[in-house]
Amino acid sequence: MADQKDKADKRRHRLFKYLRKEVLPTAFCPGCGCGIVLNCYAHAVDELQMDPNDLISVTGIGCSSWIPSPYFMGDTLHTTHGRPIPFATGAKVTRPDKTLVVIAGDGDLIGIGGNHLIHAARRNIDIKVFMVNNLIYGMTGGQLAPTTPAGVPTSTSPYGNVEHPFEIAELVAAAGASYVARWTTFHVFPLMESMQKALTRKGFAFIEIRSQCPISYGRRIGKRTGTEALQEYKETAVRAQEAAEMTPEELAGKIVVGRLAERDKSEFTANLRQLNDEIRKKDAGRRPEDWSIS
Amino acid sequence: MKTIAEKTVIALTGNDAVAEAMRQVNPDVVAAYPITPQTELMHKFADFVSDGWVKTEFVLVESEHSAMSAAVGASAAGARVMTATSANGLALMWEILYIAASTRCPIVMGVVNRALSAPINIHCDHSDSMGARDAGWIHLHSENSQEAYDNAVQAVRIAENRDILLPVMVCLDGFILSHTLEPVELLKDATVQNFIGDYKPVHELLNTDKPMTFGPLDFHDFYFEHKIPQIEAMKKAPEVIKSVAAEFGELSGRHYGLIERYFTDDAERIIVAIGSTCGTTKAVVDKLRAGGEKVGLLKIRSFRPFPYAEVREALSGARAVGVLDRSHSFGAQGGPVLIEIRAALYHHADVPIKGYIYGLGGRDMGTAHIEHAFEQLKVLVSSGKSSDEIGFLGVRE
Repeated sequence: MADQKDKADKRRHRLFKYLRKEVLPTAFCPGCGCGIVLNCYAHAVDELQMDPNDLISVTGIGCSSWIPSPYFMGDTLHTTHGRPIPFATGAKVTRPDKTLVVIAGDGDLIGIGGNHLIHAARRNIDIKVFMVNNLIYGMTGGQLAPTTPAGVPTSTSPYGNVEHPFEIAELVAAAGASYVARWTTFHVFPLMESMQKALTRKGFAFIEIRSQCPISYGRRIGKRTGTEALQEYKETAVRAQEAAEMTPEELAGKIVVGRLAERDKSEFTANLRQLNDEIRKKDAGRRPEDWSIS
Repeated sequence: MKTIAEKTVIALTGNDAVAEAMRQVNPDVVAAYPITPQTELMHKFADFVSDGWVKTEFVLVESEHSAMSAAVGASAAGARVMTATSANGLALMWEILYIAASTRCPIVMGVVNRALSAPINIHCDHSDSMGARDAGWIHLHSENSQEAYDNAVQAVRIAENRDILLPVMVCLDGFILSHTLEPVELLKDATVQNFIGDYKPVHELLNTDKPMTFGPLDFHDFYFEHKIPQIEAMKKAPEVIKSVAAEFGELSGRHYGLIERYFTDDAERIIVAIGSTCGTTKAVVDKLRAGGEKVGLLKIRSFRPFPYAEVREALSGARAVGVLDRSHSFGAQGGPVLIEIRAALYHHADVPIKGYIYGLGGRDMGTAHIEHAFEQLKVLVSSGKSSDEIGFLGVRE
């Protein structure tokens, strides 16, 4: 028993160094998927032996934005609703040596901030975006989101959603990201590997993580516990390779998981630096030395 | 139209009260995006839409910027439009707030006052609506949920007045009012409908006999001239706010003006406040009056247009005035209310003034803080001089 306890302590401590202990336990609701994502993120960073000091996590507004801020022990920039990617863009061009990670929700990244997401993908800036998609505005009480499936009742559409949701990972892949994947909180090991891939690959990397919100979403569709959602992810997930051979009818109600895009493409910050260096070389000596403003 | 209940006094939160006003107004279009603490207001209104209580086109847009844009589009197309927001949501609407006012769209918006980021805070202060004070909107502040309801109903009439045609913000303190149950007396649905009347837009899109353009390019040649009618409309707003209030008073028995004077007539020391803190201040005034102290409250209901003449009249007999601000204007002499009060009195009355900042980010404002301010004002009474030092009520030392 003592051995087991020692082992458990060691295992716990290995990841505990990535958490802000003073704010634990988390404020996440029972059954929420955010804890699983935090766990996978800490594992990914640990297995890559990354120094958390080289990570800058940028978040927006929403439950999943709490994964890095306040829970992850590292530099975090907690920004406004929908804008973590522009904030991260500024941080990345200033400090290209740091790894910029954006963790935020669907309402944040594809709802109010959707424009920033597709432009960052187009630009292929070296930012890692882990989007926790719970299909709803969870924190504010379950309002209709641009990811809510058609027909689902929400607090602002009590008799069902009349809109169509985005297929976000496919959208970001089409916009030009260098790495795009989709996983669920059931697929913890592939998710961890995918996070490692994203963290080490140069360019804009995007992982859509389908995650459960039993309180604001699940209970409206008869899935009141986190485990029911995980069961659904297990049963409805289809690997991307298999999905490629399936008809849209066969794919109805399925979640396509796996790598959706991986491509080599020049990266924005590097291009910007290169251009600036060239211009500075040309400009050298042309600026008067006694010129100043105060 | 269905009536909600026989009894007209029911327990409502501030959010519920504004949602009930919206149900009775039955606007043509509502566009909204969730933000705490406004969210429940729209939940309730979403239920009214879904259950067929209203005929509103309810659009769930992807941001507050889009909410206000949709509101302007709908208003330009001739619709009666309402929405609601808070804090950063209002900040995100900024660009369109000016466009709504400048294109003379009589939109009515509930603003559930909340502190602006950073740091992130969901609780009440007035930094959101005060930041928007120069956008060209009329700002009505509410002391309690009853007033939030009454203001929301009156706002429709004020905004749509032919001489005004300006958007109106109905401000209510986040959580303090928005999430607190109070007895609220509702007018009958038909009474509200009769009071606001049918909306007949002055100018509208979709009139093929008279094609209109809203908001086109307007440079140094005529932009300036187009601002003058906007300024004139705001100048006429005080009289309209008062006449609408008078008519509303006859219907409801609840009387409003641009300001409310609470024991100011013979007051030696007067505190000026807006929003829910006025209720707390009234309790303090009652207590101090019972002890023989001549104190009073001046409540500002209409912050825009600011009632300079009424404020002057109410304050010029005082020997000291304390002004409470629930937001700061960084780099200015104090908060926005203080700046306005000083401007109102300048060259008119030599009354010593002291400004206070309180309640930022939802910090509780208790009766003890207000008593402390009244006590400090005694120093101004004896010295006869203003204090340039801003007092911070309730902040940790």
